[in-house]
Amino acid sequence: MSLLEVDDDVVVRFGGVTAVDHASFTAGTGLVTGLIGPNGAGKTTCFNVISGLLRPAKGTVRFHGRDVTSTPVHRRAKRGMGRTFQRLEAFGSLSVRDNVRAAVDINRGLGGLLTPGHRSQAARVDALLDRVGLTHYAAERADAIPTGTARLLELARCLAADPALLLLDEPSSGLNESETEAFGVLLRELAADGRGVLMVEHDMDLVMSVCDTIHALDFGRVIASGAPAEIRGDAAVQRAYLGKADVGQVA
Amino acid sequence: MDSVVSFTILGLFTGAAYAIAASGLVLTYTTTRVFNIAHGALGMVMAFIFWDFSQRQGLPTWLALVLVLGVVAPATGWAIQRFVTRGLGEGPVSVTLVVTVGLLVGCIGLATQVWPPESRTPLPLFNGSGVELSNTYVTAHQLITVLLAGMVALLLYLLLTRTRIGTAMRASVDNPELLKLFGGKPDRVAGLAWAIGTSLAALGGILLTPVVGLSYYDLTLLVINAYAAAMLGRLRSLPLTLVGAMGLGILQSYAVAYLPSDGLLSGIRSAMPALFLFAVIVLMPQAQLRVGQVKGIVSAPLPSRTRQLGADVALVALVALLTAWLPGSSLLLVGMAATYAMVMLSLVLLTGYGGHVSLAQFTFAGIGALVYAKLGEPTLSGLLLSALVAAAVGAVVAIPVLRLTGLYLALSTLAFGLLMDKMIFQAEFAFGTNNSLDAERLTILGTSFSSLGGYVLVMTFFLVLMAFAVLALRRGALGRLLIAMRDSPAACGTLGLDTRWFRVGLFALSAGMAGIAGGLFAGLRGTIGASDFQVLASLPLLLLAVVFGVTSVTGAVLGGTGLMLLPVLQSTNPSLAGLIFGLVGFGAVALGRDPNCLANRLFTLGRALRAQVRTPVRRPSESYQDRPEVTEEVPAHVAS
Amino acid sequence: MAVPMLEAIDLHAAYGRIEVLRGVDLRVPKGAVVALLGPNGAGKSTLIKCVSGQHKPTSGDLHLAGVHVQDAGSDELARLGLCTIPEGRAIFPNLTVEENLRLISYAGVATGAVLDVAFSHFPRLHERRSQLAGTLSGGEQQMLAMSRALASDPALLLLDELSMGLAPLVVDELYEIVAAIAASGVSILCIEQFANTALRVADYVAVMSGGRVVATGEPDEIRDTMVDVILGGAA
Repeated sequence: MSLLEVDDDVVVRFGGVTAVDHASFTAGTGLVTGLIGPNGAGKTTCFNVISGLLRPAKGTVRFHGRDVTSTPVHRRAKRGMGRTFQRLEAFGSLSVRDNVRAAVDINRGLGGLLTPGHRSQAARVDALLDRVGLTHYAAERADAIPTGTARLLELARCLAADPALLLLDEPSSGLNESETEAFGVLLRELAADGRGVLMVEHDMDLVMSVCDTIHALDFGRVIASGAPAEIRGDAAVQRAYLGKADVGQVA
Repeated sequence: MDSVVSFTILGLFTGAAYAIAASGLVLTYTTTRVFNIAHGALGMVMAFIFWDFSQRQGLPTWLALVLVLGVVAPATGWAIQRFVTRGLGEGPVSVTLVVTVGLLVGCIGLATQVWPPESRTPLPLFNGSGVELSNTYVTAHQLITVLLAGMVALLLYLLLTRTRIGTAMRASVDNPELLKLFGGKPDRVAGLAWAIGTSLAALGGILLTPVVGLSYYDLTLLVINAYAAAMLGRLRSLPLTLVGAMGLGILQSYAVAYLPSDGLLSGIRSAMPALFLFAVIVLMPQAQLRVGQVKGIVSAPLPSRTRQLGADVALVALVALLTAWLPGSSLLLVGMAATYAMVMLSLVLLTGYGGHVSLAQFTFAGIGALVYAKLGEPTLSGLLLSALVAAAVGAVVAIPVLRLTGLYLALSTLAFGLLMDKMIFQAEFAFGTNNSLDAERLTILGTSFSSLGGYVLVMTFFLVLMAFAVLALRRGALGRLLIAMRDSPAACGTLGLDTRWFRVGLFALSAGMAGIAGGLFAGLRGTIGASDFQVLASLPLLLLAVVFGVTSVTGAVLGGTGLMLLPVLQSTNPSLAGLIFGLVGFGAVALGRDPNCLANRLFTLGRALRAQVRTPVRRPSESYQDRPEVTEEVPAHVAS
Repeated sequence: MAVPMLEAIDLHAAYGRIEVLRGVDLRVPKGAVVALLGPNGAGKSTLIKCVSGQHKPTSGDLHLAGVHVQDAGSDELARLGLCTIPEGRAIFPNLTVEENLRLISYAGVATGAVLDVAFSHFPRLHERRSQLAGTLSGGEQQMLAMSRALASDPALLLLDELSMGLAPLVVDELYEIVAAIAASGVSILCIEQFANTALRVADYVAVMSGGRVVATGEPDEIRDTMVDVILGGAA
């Protein structure tokens, strides 16, 4: 049993378009799993199904071995699922620190909301900001920071709940080269803490160097799964990325 | 048996008139994403113009009809789209609501100014003629209405499917940007939709006036009927809207025929549209949490604690001075201002911080007042109980509409207010047939505040306490979550917050605050009635709250004073009463895009003055909280 | 030297405070096909949006056929002979195929002519003319979108990710159409993630990265570096 199982051929349709077409894959504890594929391959739709923002037409999502396909979004979060968004969903009119504080507050639950915060709370917020390297952005408004930084902020927010599974949607886009490198190290650490990380990512250097397993999607279908080296050499993947022509020449 | 036929015919007639108005509403909403709450009000103004042309100025009926439907109404609709509602569709729903509520109030003000209240008898078309249909007399007016409804449906169908501009209308529903890439002109399409929509509102209004009379309010509330009908088609499908309108008309007619005309059920007759609406809403499928919503609302800065304390002390001192000097009648006004300010504070919480719009906040105050008066226990615990009941009702309203968002939620509060107006407040067990209840003033810890001056001071004290509570909440964890919810419900959900119940809690809290205001108001007045809490009074309340600043406590206090002064101004200048009311409406139309309008300008002025007095020595990082939030729409997809 | 169909000079554009284009210089010669390649987030789509009038640049100049056109709206440009097929499905899913085609006449061609061109190129669209466009397959939808490029006879055609989410065979079919349009003398600027596909029809290639055009040249000069850019240096 893996931490997350997208099983029984998940299908999502929007009008006449099939966004996810009989997809099944898994993500395990302690591993960084990559979800790659060309634009429009259905990666973000998969994330929406996993995190509960979308109900699939068919298929099952299992988390910790339990069927969560019809569990509401917030309850999946409580069971240890955290996600970031491709189109930023930072709380734009709050400061960076308050974004993380809000996440910590939500995690404390209703009782926590009505009691004043403790000093340990502030320390927890500081630690989270420090972990993703946002300490010196703490006082900025969240809609005034660069995209890459806002993605790190979303990650810090997720970590407030100490989730067992992190769903990261294009976490490195907007980061520069050295930031991306540091982010790769952070990803390995997060997995080493005993978390599962599933990420949609376009930066192939990052994907190939950080992921333990990769699932490649193309028009809603899983066309290949395996270790980075296998994926890189896979003809179907190259076809998906480069088009049909001249595959031989590339490989 | 005959009565069934005749009531069915009556129902078909009203249903047909609803259908005409509702299809106009659907047309404007689908093409521009702006829900026109003033749809009924525009129909009302047009009906007055028609009356003016045809009866006061004596034009032939057909000419008056052609002028109104063919010239005045379309021109008005086009102008509204061009100068008022353009671009609102992409903005936050709360702004759209405020602007069109402003339009509604403005229309009422305009109508009362131009056509002061007097008895008018609008004549049906072809007055006196009719036909006998299976033993039932059908007037020509009724027949024409049904035929016109059919014709409107047919013409709209042809327009939307057979012409290029009609196709473009449907296209711009999906994607106006793409329509531009095709070379189409979404603005022209929108203008046409509003022109036709307003004409249809006019036609619906004109056809209904012989039945409901030339009333400012009844026709304005036609928007609820049209909305209820259109909701059956989820504001999108014209055929389903037609079915909804006919169904509503017939249901209403049967309710008149077969429900007892006294007791609780009597209220159902006039509340039928609202009941129909709730039924449709409850049956609607659940909305998903949406990703990528419009963000960035301008909020007022939080005051520093010392400045807040200073302002509070100053307010209490001012009122204390006033109680010593002012005569009783003016003191009553000060108390009213405090009441309104408290209700507006409940809107600061709900709308200013939470981003939800309530169009029936006075109704919650009414519930508080009703419970307070009925309990007959003028103590703190009695007041608290009134607030709790109001809060509970607030929660009950929010629960069925839990799965709805923005627009639907706000419109449902309007329907709820109407329901309370017609079914509860006027019932025997509530304000009663005399429409008045006595209430005593508060006794706190054995001290009775029976003198007006003392009581007004107590009210001010409550206002200050409430302001304290609102600001404390905003500074605390709950306040952060409110803003977070406003900015991104999807992120809150994935972080583990049950967004739906959080919203119910917010509604309840806000309703409870209004309930306290209502209870205190009951004590202030001594005698209260259903007319004190009419749902339409909630609309100017919302407008003034927004115009004066719905994201700040200062705005609420100023707005409360403004709302109190409104009737005073009107009674001192009776000839301008309508105009003053209209100005509030059109003022909100002009200023509604900035939800903290006047208060923010005041703050800016204050900062400028302080900067004159002392050179500011502040590091930018420290002044974070003191800086007005900047509106900045976060790019939907910065990547690529 | 002839006046280029499109010329961007030091073009800057931003979303809010985030700058996406940082001084783009690009020329599309008359009658040429230019492929715009580069990683996600390089600013390709933003550049297309600036050219088509959907997004206002913060600074810099845009010339279309030698005419300075910075403040024109996208609808105005469309009526003047600029055809933009944006990313995703550039059709109206809730209109029928025929209604979609009818709207093409806004670009200044008679509806009858539009229908003729579309149905002669894509007989499948004729079979489904009264079907809702949203119920077509992805490839058929893109054919419907391409009908606009074919029927409106534009001076400049902008294509953004024509192949997104489509099977390779369909993509080939679409690019044959692009080649045919190009052969008729239309200038084309296209964004494409299937680098090889684009390189087959392109006369020139521009590679964007970090909001700038970092390389231009003929396909053969660029081909080798493209694999690196798209699949990462390791490939």
